[in-house]
Amino acid sequence: MANEKELRQIYAEILLDLAQADDRIVVLEADLMKATGTTSFKENFPNRFIDVGVAEANMIGIAAGLAVTGKIPFAHSFTPFATRRVLDQIAISIAYAKLNAKIGGTDPGVTAELNGGTHMSVEDAGLIRSIPNMMVVEPADGTQLKSLLPQIATVDSPVYMRLARKSNDRFFPDGTEFELGKIFEILPGTDVTLICSGIMIKNTLMAAQILEKEGIHARVLNMHTLKPVDWQTIVKAAKETGAIVTAENHSIINGWGSAVSEVLTEHYPVPLERIGIKDHFGEVGLTDFLLKKYQMTAEDIVSAAKKAIKRKG
Amino acid sequence: MNQNELKELEKKANEIRCLTIEQIGKLGVGHIGGSLSIIEALVALYYRTMKINSEDPKWEDRDHFVLSKGHGGPALYSVLADKGFFPKSWTDTLNQPNTNLPSHCDRLLTPGIDMTAGSLGQGLSAAIGIAIGKKIEKKTSRVYCIIGDGESQEGQIWEAAMLAPSKNLNNLTVMQDYNKMQIDGTTDEINTLEPLSDKWKAFGWNVFSINGHDFNQICDALDKSILSKEKPTMIILNTIKGKGAYFAENQIGCHNMKVSTEEWKKAVAELKEAGV
Repeated sequence: MANEKELRQIYAEILLDLAQADDRIVVLEADLMKATGTTSFKENFPNRFIDVGVAEANMIGIAAGLAVTGKIPFAHSFTPFATRRVLDQIAISIAYAKLNAKIGGTDPGVTAELNGGTHMSVEDAGLIRSIPNMMVVEPADGTQLKSLLPQIATVDSPVYMRLARKSNDRFFPDGTEFELGKIFEILPGTDVTLICSGIMIKNTLMAAQILEKEGIHARVLNMHTLKPVDWQTIVKAAKETGAIVTAENHSIINGWGSAVSEVLTEHYPVPLERIGIKDHFGEVGLTDFLLKKYQMTAEDIVSAAKKAIKRKG
Repeated sequence: MNQNELKELEKKANEIRCLTIEQIGKLGVGHIGGSLSIIEALVALYYRTMKINSEDPKWEDRDHFVLSKGHGGPALYSVLADKGFFPKSWTDTLNQPNTNLPSHCDRLLTPGIDMTAGSLGQGLSAAIGIAIGKKIEKKTSRVYCIIGDGESQEGQIWEAAMLAPSKNLNNLTVMQDYNKMQIDGTTDEINTLEPLSDKWKAFGWNVFSINGHDFNQICDALDKSILSKEKPTMIILNTIKGKGAYFAENQIGCHNMKVSTEEWKKAVAELKEAGV
């Protein structure tokens, strides 16, 4: 299914609605207003919109200061510049100082496409996951964003969210409700569990269909919140299906696969296979090309699922 | 400023300087150099210029203060304790286990600390955020911030320096503690900031370069900064690192140094005897 609108347009509309009801919401950009889609915010709330120019470190510090005055700042850039470039600013001025700022990274992983390796973060969610006090969320489509963004705005915690801004994928019917920090079950199943996030929902659902045709009933879970980890739902899936595959548009180091692995190792070890970017940088290329090159297609997920099932004791 | 007021401020600075030396001396080690160089600036801010309320540290119409060079914490703790933000006995707990007074300022631990700082270069951006927040709310209160000179070798300082005039933040007054020393040597040897006044002027700031230990000059610059119609203000405080402690004053090694009981007691005795 596809939306008529790109995710960034839906994001900007929801943010505008939230800002109309809550005058604490302020938007910050570092010369990527048009990329994020927040031009409408600037037009509607010019005095609550701050474009700092190409100076991300300053932007994060300013967001911290705005939070000191009780504002709820939403600061944006592409994922690498919203995270690794400003890691110490996020760690100290936002997280250590426990200030209620929201950081939005757009173009996660392979979705940076033709901007290529310099703009392609494979580590953003993992970096932020390592910082105390931070939440990490990846809303995947407009429906999920509509449900999660108001929660992100109101939760009294700094949050990092990654958004595939140009995506018009639609995974969930209108009105579906999601709970921040809680894994969402897309499909029930008993033979294997496929845990996915963001754009990887698409290939994961395709993989589940292929498996179903072969008589393998895959449970599909959407782990939209990487941190805090909903470990209970992961452990339940491990107990009930005995094998798990993770699929993430991120390095398999320190992202979703790692988080699930940590939970399994501590609570209920079962075979785990990880689909994602396998410890290398990105490169120029369209999403489908890169997903194929990096072995992140539906077929790759199917193979991983069969491998995990085979490894069951 | 009349002579009585000047005398009061000088007397207060002497007390705060003694308390700061005692605080670090009792611990035996600390950032004494950059704490003692900002005593007069802090006293002018907290005893004359800033609108604050120790009974209500989070009073929403207060002036905010960000000590971007967060390692100057002990000097600020002396002031906050003296103003009654917390009991004076806390100053004996500097850097002790479970203290509310850590080496670098922490907004979550210490009443009266508006912003956490310590990783250099970040506090000025936060001060800008606070200034913008006040503008959005149409508040008339102001933001004050002290940055270091070594700190000004951080790129983020200059990102912030470029933005504040661009957003017409006339409600922001920044003071630069220009003691001309950093950990590895003098700032001129390591990575000179000169021509410092010209740099800030070129970035669009309302700039004063003054003697950072002279209350007449500090208060005059602060008074003028409040009148600025559009520009943010930079007050370059030409200071002496370790000012007032004989064992530290003007010595490169005084950034973070060991202090013996004999040294701090002698230094405090000297200051008390000298009075003002």
